[in-house]
Amino acid sequence: MDKLIISPAPHIHGGDSIEKNMRGVIIALIPALLVGFYFFGLGALIVTLVSVISCVLFEYLIQRFLLKTEPTITDGSAVITGLLLAMNLPSNIPFWMVILGALFAIGVAKMSFGGLGNNPFNPALAGRVFLLISFPVAMTSWPVPSPLTTSYLDAQTGATALSILQGSDLDIPAITDLLIGKMGGSLGEISAIAILIGFIYLLVKKIISWHIPISILVTVALFTGILHGSNPAAFASPMFHLLTGGLLLGAVFMATDYATSPMNPRGMIIYGIGIGIITVVIREFGAYPEGVSFAILIMNAFTPLINKYVKPRRFSK
Amino acid sequence: MKTFRIGGIHPEENKLSAGQRIKTITLPERVVIPLAHYSGRPSNAVVKRGDQVKVGQLIGKADGYVSANVHSSVSGKVAKVDVQLDASGYKRPAVFIDVEGDEWLETIDLTPDIERKCHFSKEEILTKIQSAGIVGLGGATFPAHVKLSPPPGKKAEVLIINAVECEPYLTCDHQLMMEKGEEILVGVTILMKVLEVKKAVIGIENNKKDAVEHLSKIAQSYPGISVEPLKVRYPQGGEKQLIDAILKRQVPSGKIPIEVGAVVMNVATTFAVYEAVQKEKPLIERVMTISGKDVKKPGNYLVRLGVYLSEVVKQTGGVPKGTGKIIGGGPMMGRSLMNLDVPMAKGSAGIVFVNEKEALRKKDKNCIRCAKCVTVCPMGLEPYLLMNQSEREMWIEMERNRVMDCIECGSCSYTCPSNRPLLDYIRYGKSTVGLRIRKRQTEKV
Amino acid sequence: MNTILISILILGGTGIFLAVLIYYVSEKFKVIEDPRIDEVEAALPAANCGGCGFPGCRGFAVACVEADSLDHLNCTVGGIETMGKVASILGKTVVEHAPTVAVVRCGGTCEHRPRMNEYDGVKHCFIAHNLYSGETGCSWGCLGFGDCELACDFGAIKVNPVTKIPEVDEDKCTSCGACVRACPKNLIEIRKKGPKSRRVYVNCRNKEKGHISRKACNVSCIGCKKCIKVCPHEAITIAENLAFIHDDKCKLCRKCVEACPTNAIVELNFPPRKIKVENAELQHVE
Repeated sequence: MDKLIISPAPHIHGGDSIEKNMRGVIIALIPALLVGFYFFGLGALIVTLVSVISCVLFEYLIQRFLLKTEPTITDGSAVITGLLLAMNLPSNIPFWMVILGALFAIGVAKMSFGGLGNNPFNPALAGRVFLLISFPVAMTSWPVPSPLTTSYLDAQTGATALSILQGSDLDIPAITDLLIGKMGGSLGEISAIAILIGFIYLLVKKIISWHIPISILVTVALFTGILHGSNPAAFASPMFHLLTGGLLLGAVFMATDYATSPMNPRGMIIYGIGIGIITVVIREFGAYPEGVSFAILIMNAFTPLINKYVKPRRFSK
Repeated sequence: MKTFRIGGIHPEENKLSAGQRIKTITLPERVVIPLAHYSGRPSNAVVKRGDQVKVGQLIGKADGYVSANVHSSVSGKVAKVDVQLDASGYKRPAVFIDVEGDEWLETIDLTPDIERKCHFSKEEILTKIQSAGIVGLGGATFPAHVKLSPPPGKKAEVLIINAVECEPYLTCDHQLMMEKGEEILVGVTILMKVLEVKKAVIGIENNKKDAVEHLSKIAQSYPGISVEPLKVRYPQGGEKQLIDAILKRQVPSGKIPIEVGAVVMNVATTFAVYEAVQKEKPLIERVMTISGKDVKKPGNYLVRLGVYLSEVVKQTGGVPKGTGKIIGGGPMMGRSLMNLDVPMAKGSAGIVFVNEKEALRKKDKNCIRCAKCVTVCPMGLEPYLLMNQSEREMWIEMERNRVMDCIECGSCSYTCPSNRPLLDYIRYGKSTVGLRIRKRQTEKV
Repeated sequence: MNTILISILILGGTGIFLAVLIYYVSEKFKVIEDPRIDEVEAALPAANCGGCGFPGCRGFAVACVEADSLDHLNCTVGGIETMGKVASILGKTVVEHAPTVAVVRCGGTCEHRPRMNEYDGVKHCFIAHNLYSGETGCSWGCLGFGDCELACDFGAIKVNPVTKIPEVDEDKCTSCGACVRACPKNLIEIRKKGPKSRRVYVNCRNKEKGHISRKACNVSCIGCKKCIKVCPHEAITIAENLAFIHDDKCKLCRKCVEACPTNAIVELNFPPRKIKVENAELQHVE
């Protein structure tokens, strides 16, 4: 090179990139996905594929033809949105609904705000809630887990652990079933162990910090513990709350979404506590059996406020 | 193992020249001794064209308190007193000397013996340090005598010797400790005498285990001096970070270390103090590292001030093929050089060659708000926010978000997964906010 | 019936009470302001550029109303037309200020001033300027990253992508001075626009000695003083190896343009030359 390059310091870079982080999240999602594929079979596979492909496609089309910018689908964020959206859906949902959800997630919740990093709400959750409000029946008729089934739309449906709790008098599943995921529910939320494996992977790779998931889980455990302690007949045990519904999936993968969560540990903890409290309130006192997605979306709205008033620990106060 | 409490990164160490014995660079035909050494005011030349000078003779007298004397590093004839382009392409005053022989001032003790006992009083030592033109050799080149005279009412309790050398590639301080360990410890006792402190701690990062052992062994015979191995973490060499790591005390925002009873001195500066006080030798040379992944023989070299860097590089194997960027100093905080026709200054700790492939920055992308910059910031700031505000010229908000606390260590830019030029913008904001604060203060007066 | 009556009474009563309250408050805290300020403000262009030296157009309007004479007040955007309106509102007289325009004093295009290194930081003049002298050998010249373009509210100054030097659109330039403040190298000057926009100026800011500046750039001012010798109006001075043409003395004779050995003095908007012969004769006579 005939000309020397001049630039301000620092002259080296750590080599971290958006792609690396996104790839890490995708890898961390794999165990939970595999469990979903195992228990819900072909239906889960179809929903996941449709969701991922349509998310990527919508992002590409919007950037190419509407925004007229360089498409950034290679960074992997659309893939993650697709995966998370699918994991929050029942495996017997018609695929056109999935496409609609993907369109809302990418088109409205993500790209209309300026794409990756600028969206105030988690796109996958926004898509999910959009579907939940639009198609309440399809979104709450959960297939019963039957390993490696080939049924899709015709899957046998049953209740989730949480909806059992809310009204019906069926037996509550055993803790071991909850751990491995042998229960009804969205296709990615069922197995606590698989999600925890992903959580540990994310922590080891330093893709997320522990603050948000742990503060959510601790808050939920404490709050439900107090309720359970005061009236065991009316309120379920903390263990049950932790392992059921989308709590773990939400705490580990959705609440920790970079763009929509606070920017420093103190804020993250406040944010986590908020999600925990709202989740329990919706579950125990609200009309819906499940509250994680609403809780996260509500706290997403508070993130800018938290960022403004909660500052990181400064050097020397 | 101790380290500082907030933020920090661990860049690839690349200490390629570790363990290389210090070699002396032979004198060129001409040296150009800069009269300004980055910080403080340039000194006034006291020689003129045609004067004969000896090694160690005063050629530039300090102009004011925050300024340092400059001495001739060679013997010969003054060719002219003129301006010379510095590393950033701006003109700085300098003395041009044609080298003739190597004749030292008679007062300088050139014997290799170590003078362990210091007979001078506190004031005498301070005067010697001041007249020897000693500045902080860690990079900031702040005059040492200013640092050693605490403001009235403030008293130092601990002397901290900064032997951290947390910048990747650089090994000059490490090698100096290995070869001049005893002298450095004598230097520490002298500094302790000046500051009237009973305790001194030498902080060394644990990637220099041999230096930790070597100095600990010698330190046994010097009461009050201890060696503290530190966990390897950048920017531990920052004054405030080092005090936090060793004393668990945090210097308040906008204050200097004496506020928490500490004075920090660089290890190379300590060695220079030893030479100035015990050997009457002013600051005319220093050790520098020549390194880089493509450099055939990375090493540590003793270089006289004013020698063109091109001459140093010529003697140490030349510019490696495919060099895209030359850094003066370490890769985290050093400056990229426009060319090598720059004279050696007191603050030049090394030259690092970066090849074309690694020289160019990657294209920056959207901020994904991953908060990694906030996590690594050693001052607990929010780099993403400061950059945003700097782009929008929101100076009042930047000041409120404590941009003036930024130590410009570069951890944020280093970490950012989107390759955003965080520090570039923060520096812009910091300089503008600094100007605004100064303007406000003068208006108040 | 009763319900309707009660609600009418309550709502009506509240309404009347509040109306009285508002009236009282507005009377009590009335700010008495010269009504002419509003009138003057309406006559101003509402660009709020600050070119007049006051904070926004309203600030200027207040100053106009309060001032004894309008001699030292001038709206650079609106020019004499606007000032005439202001004067008629206030019943004052107005002096015509010569129209001015921003002038970028650097001719160091890529062909005249070779790039010696490659800048790889944020493309922002201020940031590059704080780091080092620039991509070329000239530490005084234009960096070409367009801080002036960003600062201009009127879209009147644009960096030419080919020459990497900003160019001023005279029709749009209001000489508000935002670019002057934005340029870290102090290259931009507000100069008299001149008759028919004709101007002669030194297109360089390099204060190095001649041989140094010449080495860095083909069209730099080398401080040779030839222009001073040919200038019949004593409009040119040289300080620190740099010539400067004072626009209040310059009569646009263009002799200096001819004399400059490095073409550092430029003429703008003149018709093509046809007086070359005359000039040559003049030199012969000398």
